[in-house]
Amino acid sequence: MYIIGELINGMYRNVREALAERDATAVKALARRQVEAGADALDINCGPLSKDSVQDMCWLVETIQSEVAVPLCLDSTKQAVIEEGLKACRGKAVINSTTADADKLDAYLGLALKHRASLIALTVDKKGVPQDKERRLDLAAFILERAAGAGLDAAELYLDPVLLPVNVAQNQLEDILRVIGDFKLLTTPAPKSVVGLSNISQGSKNRSIINRTFLVMAQAAGLEAAILDPLDQELMRSLITGALILNKTIYCDSYIEAYLKSKSRS
Amino acid sequence: MAEELKMVATWSQAVCEMRLGAGRQEGGSRKAALTVGGEETLPFLFKEGALPHAPLIAAEIFDIPPDDDPEALRCDLKGIGKDPAAWAKAMVEDVGADLVCVKLAGIHPDGANAPADQAVGLVKKILGVVDRPLIVLGCGEAGRDNEVLPLVSEATKGERLLFGDAVQENYKTLTAACIADGHNIIAESPIDVNIAKQLNILISDLGMPLDRIIINPTIGALGYGLEYAYSIMERARNAALSGDKMLAMPFICFVGQESWRAKEAKVPASESPAWGDQRERGIMWEVVTAMSCLQAGADILTMRHPQAIKIVKSEIQELMKKARL
Repeated sequence: MYIIGELINGMYRNVREALAERDATAVKALARRQVEAGADALDINCGPLSKDSVQDMCWLVETIQSEVAVPLCLDSTKQAVIEEGLKACRGKAVINSTTADADKLDAYLGLALKHRASLIALTVDKKGVPQDKERRLDLAAFILERAAGAGLDAAELYLDPVLLPVNVAQNQLEDILRVIGDFKLLTTPAPKSVVGLSNISQGSKNRSIINRTFLVMAQAAGLEAAILDPLDQELMRSLITGALILNKTIYCDSYIEAYLKSKSRS
Repeated sequence: MAEELKMVATWSQAVCEMRLGAGRQEGGSRKAALTVGGEETLPFLFKEGALPHAPLIAAEIFDIPPDDDPEALRCDLKGIGKDPAAWAKAMVEDVGADLVCVKLAGIHPDGANAPADQAVGLVKKILGVVDRPLIVLGCGEAGRDNEVLPLVSEATKGERLLFGDAVQENYKTLTAACIADGHNIIAESPIDVNIAKQLNILISDLGMPLDRIIINPTIGALGYGLEYAYSIMERARNAALSGDKMLAMPFICFVGQESWRAKEAKVPASESPAWGDQRERGIMWEVVTAMSCLQAGADILTMRHPQAIKIVKSEIQELMKKARL
């Protein structure tokens, strides 16, 4: 599972304050802790209250990349923020994200190719949040066709089936799990999939157990990547155990310790 | 001629490199230090990645030679088998072994029960006559090994020897000694990849760096479980190359010890005429066991028969020629 750490997000008070005060130490510490806990990449989001998201994004990118050497997942709905963030990135970037609307999709494919970045593409468009599996598959097929036309390598694309909260769209969750597997039938080589895991427990109590239960189910459905909280130890333990059950890693009695030791950059 | 296949993906991690033996600048007395491991891909697939070090052959010698050795072995080791130091020297200088593996079978309490200082003295004597790195094995009885091996370790501090074997039930004493005295350690598991991985974690939890551990998967000779050991090694090596740090160690295979236990290696032609000449048969049993282990990723082969050693060494040189293309 490709783990994208979600904690550097301005919607969290600690990050909002660090941004306001330009507290590099706090941001670097949060970056480092997520990487040490097993994050392969870090999501960066200035948050809804940012007064100058371009400046904030650039500052976050500079600060984080001076501390850790993992890919940065630039999370914004605004193209200008993504573009400036990409320019500031010294290493590999992931663009989070585009919709399936043709004009936005084409523009973001161009950015991905120009900056050799990966691209997360949501199976949603101006017509609204998909209500079933079929709509998601249609949008996925469209995205894949456009990506192939633009020349983006399949390995650089992540399809996001748009995970919905359990307290709002409970009826769609089984379909979302199935569509993760169905995406793989669309092209050869199969496209990769990603979810913003915390979306499923948005507005719920018991967020942690809802998150980790869905993640394990999604692993079995073939999910390759997830934006999640790597400091949630129960979540990580479930993820590692899920990988074991799917024969992705060799068992030993201390398999959780083995996984974490293997990930550590020593 | 088949088309060249396009490389779609590469392995994500290389096997650790283990250094054996230390020269004067590092506190040892070896003229030649050796390195094993470091593979970036599966055995001998040179076009896929670097295979920076040739597999090595260690000559198996004993402090007290076993008295039930088959004739085929004894005839080629005429005389030298009685004196371990002369034996070690001959195996390196005349036979071409890359290093020497001395088993301290004599310290076994049910055998000769030789005193610890005799074992220490012997290891130091061998280090005096052979300028190559040394592997030192205990007798296999945990209590005695835990008494004697730390003393040998301390007396040879700085030489970067390879000590064995640590097992899941008994690894702490030997690991502590090897960490303290700068030696490497053999981690032995009973043809079980899960235990192999677990033992590496246990040893590393005590503070041993990962590049000072070598895996002994416990092979069976040809006809006695060789393919089972092969499949374990293959699985472990695949996991290592895919990113599993706790299995990314080189392998050591005790080829001589296992293959000469086989009745196919031991039984004289007079008893089984259809099996042919015993000496040739025994040599081939050891050679085929060794070559199979190499294909599974063996980095060190411990071997006994001089002729088998010469054959396998020449085969390794032949295989490694492709590395330079």
